[in-house]
Amino acid sequence: MLWNAESAGRPETIGEHLVRCGLSRRAFLSFCMRLSVAAPAGLALTSRARAADIARVVAKARRPSVIWLHFQDCTGCTETLLRTANPDLAELILHLISLDYHETLMAAAGKDAEAALNAAMMENTGRYILVVEGAIPRKANGIYMKLAGRPAVDVLGDVSARAAAVIAIGSCASWGGIPSADPNPTDAVGVDGILSDGKPIINIPGCPPNPYNLLGVVLQYATSGKLPALDALKRPKFAYDRLIHDHCPRRAHFDAGRFAGAFGDSGHRQGWCLYKLGCKGPATHAGCSTRHFNEVPDVWPIGIGAPCFGCTERDMAFRMPYFQQVKIRDVTPPDTYAPIYTQQGHISPVATGVAGLIGGALLGAGYMASKRLGPRDDGGAGTKPTKE
Amino acid sequence: MGISRRDALKVMVGAGGATLAAAATPGQANAAAVVARPDAVAMLYDATRCIGCKACMVACSKANHLEPDPGWSQGLYQAPADLNGKTKNIIKLYQEPGGAYSFVKRQCMHCLDPACTSACMLGALKKGDRGVVSYNPDLCIGCRYCTMVCPFNVPRFEWDSLAPKIVKCEFCKERLAEGKLPGCCEVCPTGAVIFGKYTDLLAEAHWRLDAHPGRYVPKVYGESEVGGTQVLYLAHVDFAKLGLPAYGPDPVPTAVREVFQEIYQGLVPPIALYALLAAVMMRSRRLVTGEGPEQEAEEP
Amino acid sequence: MTTAHAQPEAIRGVVFTRSVRLLSALAVIGGVLIVWRFLVGLGRATALTDGYPWGLWIAFDVVTGTALGCGGYAVALLVFVLNRGRYHPVLRPALVTSAFGYSIAAFSVMIDVGRPWLAWKIPVFFWHWNLRSVLLEVALCIMAYALVLWIELAPAFLERAQTSSVSVIRRLAEAWLPVLRKALPWVAALGLLLPTMHQSGLGTLLLLSGPRLHPLWNTIMLPLLFLTSCIAMGFGMVVIESALSARVLGRRPEIAMLAGLGGAMRPVVLVYLSIRIVDLIVRDQINDLFALDWFSVMSLIEFGLLFGALALLREERQRRDLGNLFRASMLLLLGGALYRFDVFLLAFQPGANWAYFPNVAEILITVGLVAAEIVGYVILINLFPILAGRPRSAVAR
Repeated sequence: MLWNAESAGRPETIGEHLVRCGLSRRAFLSFCMRLSVAAPAGLALTSRARAADIARVVAKARRPSVIWLHFQDCTGCTETLLRTANPDLAELILHLISLDYHETLMAAAGKDAEAALNAAMMENTGRYILVVEGAIPRKANGIYMKLAGRPAVDVLGDVSARAAAVIAIGSCASWGGIPSADPNPTDAVGVDGILSDGKPIINIPGCPPNPYNLLGVVLQYATSGKLPALDALKRPKFAYDRLIHDHCPRRAHFDAGRFAGAFGDSGHRQGWCLYKLGCKGPATHAGCSTRHFNEVPDVWPIGIGAPCFGCTERDMAFRMPYFQQVKIRDVTPPDTYAPIYTQQGHISPVATGVAGLIGGALLGAGYMASKRLGPRDDGGAGTKPTKE
Repeated sequence: MGISRRDALKVMVGAGGATLAAAATPGQANAAAVVARPDAVAMLYDATRCIGCKACMVACSKANHLEPDPGWSQGLYQAPADLNGKTKNIIKLYQEPGGAYSFVKRQCMHCLDPACTSACMLGALKKGDRGVVSYNPDLCIGCRYCTMVCPFNVPRFEWDSLAPKIVKCEFCKERLAEGKLPGCCEVCPTGAVIFGKYTDLLAEAHWRLDAHPGRYVPKVYGESEVGGTQVLYLAHVDFAKLGLPAYGPDPVPTAVREVFQEIYQGLVPPIALYALLAAVMMRSRRLVTGEGPEQEAEEP
Repeated sequence: MTTAHAQPEAIRGVVFTRSVRLLSALAVIGGVLIVWRFLVGLGRATALTDGYPWGLWIAFDVVTGTALGCGGYAVALLVFVLNRGRYHPVLRPALVTSAFGYSIAAFSVMIDVGRPWLAWKIPVFFWHWNLRSVLLEVALCIMAYALVLWIELAPAFLERAQTSSVSVIRRLAEAWLPVLRKALPWVAALGLLLPTMHQSGLGTLLLLSGPRLHPLWNTIMLPLLFLTSCIAMGFGMVVIESALSARVLGRRPEIAMLAGLGGAMRPVVLVYLSIRIVDLIVRDQINDLFALDWFSVMSLIEFGLLFGALALLREERQRRDLGNLFRASMLLLLGGALYRFDVFLLAFQPGANWAYFPNVAEILITVGLVAAEIVGYVILINLFPILAGRPRSAVAR
């Protein structure tokens, strides 16, 4: 299924490919329309409003070659790709990209698979996208993950050397993910912990990330040859520049101080804010609060009543306890108001007592002293000077 | 030294009479109507337009690089109960039992003749460009006299700091110098608080009162109170209920100015008094220095 | 009754009696708390708030403390301006009390303000002086007057230095004493001018709180009221201090002189009361005076204390009864102190939502400072020629 006819000649464009597949013009336009639905804000594609415009761009683009490697992974990031409809996985791998190596999806196995990998690398040197799923162990020369008998570290080094860019999909590939959780017995790290040769790396953390994060990057590259703007952690800004908290549907509950106290209590059942149950939304950069999963609205952790655990963030996921409250970064006013006058200042009863005692003592002592002074001027022994 | 009843009576009548005279005579320094500077800026806050979103509080904290005060909220929110060492601007809510309510924005009023600038020893608080009452911590010893005298209780102190400063709204004077608006005015979504020339905004306030008479309490608060302020208020409830007291038109420093002018008039009386006292001392020179028997001592 | 006075001489008695040891302990506690105040900041150390930014330390240590330290001023007025030279013997001890009183007041200011390390700018940065600021005038005058008081006492120190066994000190004293004596009249004149200015200034301070000062106390007469009451309090302080020193040291107190001071108090208090009452009448506050709320009650107590003092000083016979005179002075001091507390802490009304009472630390620091003052007084009168010398056994009749 993945052997391309074009491997013999010049690479065909997507348009030509679709024609060869027997896709009608109408179906093609519909396909392009759905691409624009898939592409999140910020992509080059969405600046074009009409399906015809998109079609013009897409038709001229070549299907990029994609090599997908699995390392210490759970295959969740591949699984997440199965749950897309715009485009669905079949359309993606048949019409938009040329998925030349993918252990879960390809038919080949064993020596055939190895040959496929080598062929793809050689034919598309400098042009293919390497997608890495899963963390890479470094302990003991990387023996804890091997592909065809070779340590993952080496495989990654070889395959990335000829790639145009590397996409690290999932938290494991972005920064180590679950395998890197304390005590990290295999010294698992993400792709940027291994590669340091300046190859463009795009991290798409998440456990799993929303599939449209990957699709957006791939589509942009496929149609314009450019990669999206990245933040300091090499994450595409269109998907990771916002905190969950800032776009959470339950934010009004947070501002009004309505919190679920325990799973299943009345607040929880009413969909109140999950901050007190340990939701890491206020410190997590991801788009899940607006782009939900499985293409069903409200199918995302907070939507179903489970606090966000910060799966995209290196310092929280698999490190911070699930129910530990995170510090609010951008502190804003609540739904309540200060009254015109607030009672302030505290009168300490102890101090009042002390003052009373001292005052009383001074007055009493002064009076006693005055009594001793009397009208007679006698010298007498010295008395305690109780007042100046 | 005894004093006869007659003498006592004389003393009391004399003192009482002097008091009467002083009270009856109008102060020489009549408070001239305070005129705003030609470049005076102002803020106009219309409580009927305020929706209590508190974006102005967030913007103020950001523009002034202030940590939000969590108040009662244990780190969850920015929830100060009042102006304080971390809060230069606050939205408060007034609610009547029947349900009527109004928001009110409180910050420095930038009075035309402020009490605080009259009080401050080295002029750390000063009324300067555009009539902004600004604060210079390098001249402030933290005596808090300004807080004692401000009729609106605006200057707040950083009680928890080991190098505490006075904290109050300064109209975002750095932003003004760059031609920008103060943080609160820039961000207000309904235009409840707007910024501009004092004369323009005063006119605008009166225009609103005339154009919508049923909507407002028929008064621009700050037009005459304590001699006038550069923050003007319009509201639909009594200003007193919003914590804006019904002050008269005399600027706060008037009384002190009278005292000072009458007593100190260019330092002439003190110097004259000193000359007199020095003469007295020279006459009793030996008594002063304690050298010999007091020759000028008189027996009663 | 003879009025001959001996020259002042140092007592050279026991300084650290049991009482002085107790007072020293209190002073040390106060000192420790002062260090703590600087380590944790004013917010934690005091009960002061933005509603009541001035509390016990200003109302008592500074405002009342300087009034209690007006003994030197009041006696100097008597001796030099009114030419009653026979009060001269109490001048030096009064000056010591005043010097300590003002020094403690200045020290208390340094503890109370939030940025005391910039306080040096007040006398130095004259180009920044805000000439409309009452507080500036008060601060400069208090600083200057504290200095003046110690200079006026300097002859006492130099006289002792003249008898020192160290020749360098002896020669320094001999060189400087005449210079000092020449300058003293000019300095002493300052010592009369400055308190006049700043004691009235202290009254003017709260005039600027204007609308927030309760009408029972809010009057243009505030400066004059503070001035007259401080003179009266000065006399009262001198009586108490002289009577106690005499008693403690086993000397005969100079009844005639002290009775004279008692008599001097009367016109001053009468002036104060007249001004106060006429002012209340003119400003239509008499009804409020009897409204029997907190403000009214405290005002009435003020009046009560002062009228009480007057009643005890009516006759010559009463004034010569030292015990009675002592009690009258106590009433006078209480009345004057209460007036000041009322102006600064009660009449000042930031709003019903604010409350203030000094916390334990503030109280203990004040107590410690006063204790230190007393210990200092005792040390000084023992080491230096302050008190008029009077042999223990002298019994003039």
